[in-house]
Amino acid sequence: MTTAHLLSFTLLGALLGLDVVSFPQAMMSRPIVAATAAGALAGHPMRGLLAGAILEMMAMETLPIGASRYPEWGTAAVVGGALFAVAPNAGSGATAGALVLSTLAALATAFVGGWSMFALRRLNQRWAARARGQLDRGSASTVVALQLRGLTADLLRAAAVTALTLLLFVPLVAVGLAHWSLDPKTGDIVVATLAATVAGSAAWKLAQGAPGAKWAFIAGAAAGLAAVWRQ
Amino acid sequence: MTAPERNAPANLSLSSRTQAAIFTRLFAVQGSWNYETMLGTGVGFCVEPALRNLPGGIGGEAFCEALARETRYFNSHPYLAGAAVGALARVELERRPAAQIERFRSALCGPLGSVGDQLVWAGWLPVCSLLSLLLFGLGVPALGVVVAFLSIYNVGHVALRVWALRAGWREGLRVAVALGSPILRRGPQHIARTMMFLAGAALPVALARLASATAPDIGRNALIGMLVGAGVLGFALVKLKGTLEGWKVALGVLAVVVAYAVSP
Repeated sequence: MTTAHLLSFTLLGALLGLDVVSFPQAMMSRPIVAATAAGALAGHPMRGLLAGAILEMMAMETLPIGASRYPEWGTAAVVGGALFAVAPNAGSGATAGALVLSTLAALATAFVGGWSMFALRRLNQRWAARARGQLDRGSASTVVALQLRGLTADLLRAAAVTALTLLLFVPLVAVGLAHWSLDPKTGDIVVATLAATVAGSAAWKLAQGAPGAKWAFIAGAAAGLAAVWRQ
Repeated sequence: MTAPERNAPANLSLSSRTQAAIFTRLFAVQGSWNYETMLGTGVGFCVEPALRNLPGGIGGEAFCEALARETRYFNSHPYLAGAAVGALARVELERRPAAQIERFRSALCGPLGSVGDQLVWAGWLPVCSLLSLLLFGLGVPALGVVVAFLSIYNVGHVALRVWALRAGWREGLRVAVALGSPILRRGPQHIARTMMFLAGAALPVALARLASATAPDIGRNALIGMLVGAGVLGFALVKLKGTLEGWKVALGVLAVVVAYAVSP
């Protein structure tokens, strides 16, 4: 990975990490978008889309609800999509570990990203507490300053998570690929099956209580299986 | 509440410029989200352009009192925060008593949070996500999948933000009436059924495309094995709800696979 690549992935991770919560929450940070964008930056949008589809399934069970702590998928997907896109031989037949390694790196990044969001919220809390006097006096400039400071800190947080995890995982993935001894197909099958497992259970948990939902699932599965059978 | 208004203007209106400023700021309502005041500062930030219309303008006594009130603790779904911001802007400009505004503000938190979470995070977002996976599985190119996801999701997202701000401003203290809209009450059930249909349809085709892209000679039997495996493991995850998060299980399993694959 060149320095230009690293800088462009970092900028992308910063912008998409900001989208997760702070601005504008348009879901450009969803893995299917973010990883594809990272792949496109590396010149391989299809590889990015493959990694993005896997991570999108993994992210389905995450509900970004208020005060709960959850994995941060924006920077994670940029890292996963970038690692898979720049890996040698990735996407041309069996990926010889590249998909497994980049997915693992993305999941670890999601964990780190979630922790960094928690830390940022604590920092925002300290800034708000320090400004409480001015806020209680109705200072508009203090309100604007707190918002801008929070947004800037989130942008920097996401940039740092993207850059640091890429710097860590690029060499680790290279070492992993050099020593990969598992049958190339096996790893890809495991990662795809795991992703479908997480997505299926997430959808079931979210929607099973609605009237007719189970029948809707059966009808959908029949349609999906028929489409697969015809391929 | 029917408390007397303090010098309430006869016909309240916001200029287009003020409305645009509030709407734009709503996209950054969570910019300084924290565990103490949550959306509080963000709500103050969004409602501030409207408060400039209070007697005395920016820095006036009425403005400062109102802004101080609006930056205190508040929580809601970010897309529905507009309903609160619109309603709070109206009641502040109507010069309602401070105690009434504070009670109203507190009462808004719960409904705006739970309705939004159910409608968006547990409904619209997973539906759009599954739709994009279905398109991916059906072989739509990368750009098509991304554009379709972003377009469809954000039509709902922006429409909800626009509706929320308008409903809040129109209804003021009666904004709870707007939250009883049939779309908000019955929408989640329709969305849940759609989600289940899409989950059934999208996951097999997405899995098939992943398999064909990464291991083209995988064969139908292996694909059936993957589907059955995903079904069985998914059932186990559902049964273990609350105790295990799927992505953490995946992280652990992949770590074991990698350790095995790279061991000498």
